[in-house]
Formats: sequence, structure tokens, C-alpha cells
Amino acid sequence: MWKFTVRRILIMIPQIILLSVLIFILAKMMPGDALSGLIDPNIDPDTIEEKREQLGLNDPWHIQYVNWVKDLFQGDLGMSFFYKMPVTELIGQRIVNTFWLGLATLILVYLIAVPLGIISGRYNNTWADQLITGYTYIGFATPTFIFGLVMLWIFGFYFGWFPTGGSVTPGLEPGTMEYVLSKINHLLLPAISLALIGTVSTVQYLRNEIIDVKQQDFILTARAKGAPESRVYNRHILRNSLLPIAAFFGYEIVGLIGGTIFIEMIFSYPGMGQLFMESIVARDYSVATSLVLLYGIATIIGTLLSDIILSIVDPRIRIK
Amino acid sequence: MSKDVVIMSEQIEESHESPSGLKVLWREIIRDKLALSSLILLIVISIGVIIGSAILDYDEVTKVDLFNTHAPPSSENWLGTDYGGRDVFGQLIIGTRNSLAIGVLVTLMSGFIGILFGLIAGYFGGTIDNIFMRILDFFLILPFLMIVIIFVAIVPKYSIISFSLIMTAFLWMGTARLVRSKALQERELDYVNAAKTLGTSNLKIMLTHVLPNLSSIIIVNMTLSLAGNIGIESGLSFLGFGFPESTPSLGTLLSYATNPQTLEYRWWIWLPAAILILILMLSVRNVGEAFKRATDARQRRG
Repeated sequence: MWKFTVRRILIMIPQIILLSVLIFILAKMMPGDALSGLIDPNIDPDTIEEKREQLGLNDPWHIQYVNWVKDLFQGDLGMSFFYKMPVTELIGQRIVNTFWLGLATLILVYLIAVPLGIISGRYNNTWADQLITGYTYIGFATPTFIFGLVMLWIFGFYFGWFPTGGSVTPGLEPGTMEYVLSKINHLLLPAISLALIGTVSTVQYLRNEIIDVKQQDFILTARAKGAPESRVYNRHILRNSLLPIAAFFGYEIVGLIGGTIFIEMIFSYPGMGQLFMESIVARDYSVATSLVLLYGIATIIGTLLSDIILSIVDPRIRIK
Repeated sequence: MSKDVVIMSEQIEESHESPSGLKVLWREIIRDKLALSSLILLIVISIGVIIGSAILDYDEVTKVDLFNTHAPPSSENWLGTDYGGRDVFGQLIIGTRNSLAIGVLVTLMSGFIGILFGLIAGYFGGTIDNIFMRILDFFLILPFLMIVIIFVAIVPKYSIISFSLIMTAFLWMGTARLVRSKALQERELDYVNAAKTLGTSNLKIMLTHVLPNLSSIIIVNMTLSLAGNIGIESGLSFLGFGFPESTPSLGTLLSYATNPQTLEYRWWIWLPAAILILILMLSVRNVGEAFKRATDARQRRG
């Protein structure tokens, strides 16, 4: 197990280095640099050139790259020339919102997937199973952003059950009960929209897994020994089928990353996805590249976690 | 398991001729009512939008008319007009054509790269396979949506060609992985060894021996990714990073719904486009699922 884990972590290192190089190249390809926003046009070009020299913008690219990485390790992601504040601080304001959205979605994904998957797998080929399979089939083909729009239209505007934007009602004092409730209230509709689409692959996986395990010999043995049906399912089948699902949470996070950008845009939810879109429109590229780096590292770590947990749960993977 | 294989191979020998891959796919479609009606619907929609966009005056549709903005549906504008006074129904027709065209184009291009990449990695195996798979793993960890948006934002001369190239560059991995795993299995088989002993060049074996044997799974894979690509394109256009606004796509019409007023009171602008995207994606998927069953002899209906 340790061998697999160590090897898996070693694979991760070149990936992160490559990712940082790619993002550095992207940052260099973008029009304008840190100075184009800082200095007003009246300053004479020689002074700008001097500043450039000072900041190391005229150095060869590999020295610039090393400096950039050094800054990264010190938590310095540069300045946002649009918001006029350090990128770290700017992302810090938004990361909490995206974190709560992601967590709420993840919880909902499992709350929906586990019962539906169990019903569908245990009573397969009944009307309940057909209903659930139909839902997963349509859910697979539905893009998150269309579903989010329709949900906002129906439940946000038409029925008015949920707030239609923001992450909290303005004017509330942080720390009070009302503040927390308002946060949850704003979070609910985006998280439900994301979860209802994000959960379908897990439902399907659980269903297939249960149907698969159901037909194996040890289940026959358990039944032959006279174990009651509830014990067969709870002790024997679910224990085998739920473990891989639980281990998937890392992949689940990776899958949600693209969805949060759409959902945050549609529900005007002030998270990192919305910040990314704003920074692209404002051509605030130091923010945009930092966010790509962050999401990329989140993807790498999410896959890593799931790979390692899966290798513990399912020893067959380790042999590969 | 091995007994089953023996029995199956005996049966195949008895029937002398096994049906060709394409015939099997076609037979499965005919047997599956849902897939057949989806296919017919797709053909009808495609022909409809091609003829429709040929009849429609393109300049007329994209002409801005500030005296007639946000008009509700009428006999003149069947689905009303958008914020620039442009006819929504006309945009819907042209948008469907554009979305379908870019979907097919991106699917073909990424399929081509994926097949090439997977075939080389799988056929040669060993070190080449190792290197290729590390490259593929790297592409898989990139946050697709963000990278594509950044590329679209920084490409100097942005056009439909560069848009489809950018999409292709980050969408070939699925096909490549599938083709590679199948090619790894194929290269162990006797016919490949026989061809090698006869002195056939590697290139010829790959293209004329291995590739035809993979054709049906490639068709399945590309059909299913066509459905996904239509969704991805409309998503990018929705965010404003797909087609430029002068060439409407279904996503462009949906992006008008980011205006809360339009979302709440003017459903005729965005809802038809949303339904059309769903219909297209579901139909393509239905056809793809039928193909998928056809490639697995145990699940076939036909």
C-alpha cells in the first residue's frame, strides 16, 4: 500500500511542475504586464523601463519563472490591477463561499445518490428502478448551466422560494443566527441544482455495483445460511458497494469544479468561479492565472486522494 | 468463461459469415424504437435548419433594430426579438445549424487526434506508451473550462476556426484512452503477429489491420462525445467565450437569460434554445447508446 501511495505522489510532482510552467507561459502570453495598470500614461517611458528592470521583467524567461515560483511559495500571487489589492487577499475573500458551495453540493450528492442507488439496485427492473434510471439518463445529457437556469427561473423567480443572487442578505451582522441562516438560504438552490446533475453518475455506479454484488456466490451463501434479507443487504451487499462510492469523493470534487463556474455565474454567487469570469472580462490576468493554478492543484489533489483511498479499499488496483 | 468462448467461436464458424460492424450497428438502431426515432428527429432537425438558414436572410436576422427591442412573439417575429431587436426565431435556426456544425467539426478533429495518439501508444506499447500516457494524464488534470476560456481570451485573431482548434486541443483524451486500451489488446492477437512476420510495415498494420477492428467502438465513442461537445460549445457560448455574437449559436440565445428581466419575463428568448439543446443532446445520446449495445454482443437486441 505504501509503495502505491509513494509512487502515486511521485507522479504528482512533475504534473504540478508542468502545470506551473503552462500557467507561467499563459501569463507571459497575455497582453500587458503588472505595470500597464499601475502607472498612469503621463509618466515618461524611460521611468517605466527602469521599473521594468527593477521588477525583473526584462530578465530571461527561466529566471523570471524561478522568481515567480519563489513568490508562489511565499504566498505572493501578484497584484490585481483591477481591484488594486494582492491576489491572495482577493481570492481569500471568495474562497470561503466556493468552499461552502462545494461542501453543500458534495453532501447533497451523497444524500441523493445513496438512497436512489440502493432502491434502484435492490429492486432492479421495477417501476421505481425505471424511474430512477430514466432520471439518470436524462441527467447525463443535461448540461449543468441549462438545469441551473431553469431551476433559478422556476424556484427563484416564479415561486420566489429562494433568493436569486448573492451569498447573504446585505446588512446582516456576521456571527448572528440570521446571518448563518441567510447564508444557508442563499446556498441551497445553487447547491441543489449542481447536486441533482452531479449525482447521476454516482447513482448509476451504485446501482450497477449492487446488481453486480447481488449475483455473487457469497451472497448466495449468506442466504443459504438463513440470513434475513435486511441483513444480507445491510451487512453483505452495502458494505461492498458503498466503499468505492465513498472513495469517489475526490473525483466528485474534480467533477464539480467546472460546474461551480456556471452555477456561480447563473446565481450571481460571489465565489471563485465568478471571480474568474470577472477577471477575464476585466483582463485582470494575474487573478485569472492564479485561479487556474488553484483549480488545477485542487484537481490533482482530488484525484490523488481518491486514487489512494480506492487502493486501500480495493487491493486489486494496487497490483497495476 | 473459457468454455463460453469456445462455444461462441464454434457458433461463429457455423454461420460462416459474421455481419460487418456497420451492419450490426444499423440492425441495432432499427430494433430500438427510441434510437430510431431519435435518429429520424436528428435528420429532420438537421435538414430543417440547413434549408431554413439557406432561405433566411442572414443580414436580416442579425440586423439591429433599436425600435423593436424585446418584442413579444408575434406573427412577424415568431419568438419575439432580443435586446437588439433581432429576430429570435431566425437566430434559433441559424444557431442550431452553427451549434451542430461546430459540434461535428470538433468531434471529428478531436476524434482524429485521439485515434492517432491512442493507436500509436497502444500499438507500440512499452516506453512510447508510457510517455504518451504521462502526457495524457497531464491533459486530464487541467481545469478544462478555465484553460479554454483563457485561450479564447488571449488568442489575437479569434475566429470559429481558432475556437474549434482550442476546444479540440483539450477534448481528445477520452478517445485516445479508449483507442489505446483496445489497441493494446489487439496487438497481442495472432493476426498482428502474422502480418509482422510477413514483413508488413507497422504503419500499414496500424491503419489497415488494427484500425478497422476498432472502428465500431470508435463510432460509439465519437457519437457519445458529439452529444457532450454540443453541450460544451453551448456552455462556452453561454459564458460569452464561444461564438462571437454576430454568429449566433444556441448558447448565445441562452446567454441572454443572464439578464434577470429576460430570464423572468421573456422566456420565449431562451427557453426554446434550452429545449432544443436538450433534444439534440438526448437524441444523439440515444443513438450512441444503441451503437454501444451493438458493440457488446451480450447486450444486443437486434
